[in-house]
Amino acid sequence: MDRMTTPRAGSIADDKPDKIIHPVMVRITHWINAIAIVMMVMSGWRIYNASPLFDFRFPSELTLGGWLGGAIAWHFAAMWLLVINGAVYLGYGLYSEHFKKDFLPLRIADLIADTRAALTFKLDHESGHYNSVQRLLYLGVIGVILLVVLSGLAIWKPVQLYYLTSLLGGYEIARHVHFFAMSGIVAFVLVHLTLVILVPKTLPPMFTGRAYRKEMESQT
Amino acid sequence: MSLFTRKKSVSLSAIKPELQRIERRFFLKQSLSLGALTMLAGCKLGDEGAVESVLKTMSSWNDGVQAAIFNSSALAKTYTSADITRPFPFNAYYSESRAPIIDGDTYKLELSGLISDKKSWTIPELRQLPQASQITRHICVEGWSAIGQWGGVPFKTFLERIGANMKAKYVGFRCADDYYTSIDMATALHPQTLLALDFPEGPNPKKYGYPVKLRVPTKLGFKNPKFITAILVTNDYPGGYWEDQGYNWFSGS
Repeated sequence: MDRMTTPRAGSIADDKPDKIIHPVMVRITHWINAIAIVMMVMSGWRIYNASPLFDFRFPSELTLGGWLGGAIAWHFAAMWLLVINGAVYLGYGLYSEHFKKDFLPLRIADLIADTRAALTFKLDHESGHYNSVQRLLYLGVIGVILLVVLSGLAIWKPVQLYYLTSLLGGYEIARHVHFFAMSGIVAFVLVHLTLVILVPKTLPPMFTGRAYRKEMESQT
Repeated sequence: MSLFTRKKSVSLSAIKPELQRIERRFFLKQSLSLGALTMLAGCKLGDEGAVESVLKTMSSWNDGVQAAIFNSSALAKTYTSADITRPFPFNAYYSESRAPIIDGDTYKLELSGLISDKKSWTIPELRQLPQASQITRHICVEGWSAIGQWGGVPFKTFLERIGANMKAKYVGFRCADDYYTSIDMATALHPQTLLALDFPEGPNPKKYGYPVKLRVPTKLGFKNPKFITAILVTNDYPGGYWEDQGYNWFSGS
């Protein structure tokens, strides 16, 4: 963690071997978010098990809290971490133009071409550059996390936030929205982790911020 | 017999601190599943108490947040009789067959605490007070919900009638099924909080809390005590059956 120094001026733009591809704010909020999401999903699964919406329960070993009361305590503690960290990330993303520079534009034509290339394993990973499939997935998961927070607020406070709950179709529908938004996040995490396993060189920069020297040389 | 009677009797108050310690340990053990321990890999087992204390602090913080955003003029959505869930689900910490059946003729509602007129109330006396009815959604802490109809005395009207100190922090309830809970004064005075005397229809409506239940559509189901036998107005936190085991106290909707 002590290596997380702020990038030198101009280091993002130039092609020196130690260039920062993940700004420190992105790295910090990414890992806090990862912890918060794991806590929210695991405690949420325990809450789900108390009254399942569908004909299955999550295995207890994959849940957090031990019982409904414990799970709720975790869920409503970790929600602050998720929301505050998420707000910092969104604020940073807008202010620093991280979203504008890295995730936009997102064009349908690029998306079709990149998806085709990805499925045939021809899509190269370029450190520091987000291809359109990545752009779609990252923008998508940001949207789904926003949805999980909004639907969570709607079912937590259906009276105080009645306008939000009715916007989401009422308590019971909002509860289903919350479940499916969680499912979307879990699906994203599975794809995300699979890709990290397939392309392991992407993992160290998420801690150090810097792309591998070897890789930088192969790119130039 | 004499062998046993010689044993020193222990009063509940004497062992209460010990019981509370055991309860807290129970809460802790249960909140730390294998999953939680995996999460906390790297932390010493001695940190379990720290985790529990963070969770408790956050739950108190959430009580404060919920009290702060509680809007006494925000009303729970009301429904039509066509929306009512039939049969209305029974839920308690025990099974339906063990629900107490109370004799309404001999029933008395006891009052204590910061109340100027502490005389007890019978069902006919409660019936003589202004009555109201509502069809609202009951939301359980488990996640499920059901729409039901309740009728009875607006709780604010009752509190005014008995001369309750409206500046007190809590209203506590003791029930015939040994259940107990408490709510904040702001919620007690909410226009939809009802001292319910009429219950959802069903083959045995008495199991829903006869003769007196508190219907609070702005709180989760477990904050809606059934079979109420005593009401207490106080500034000392009265806790609750589930709350003392770790459920969030405010649990507002």
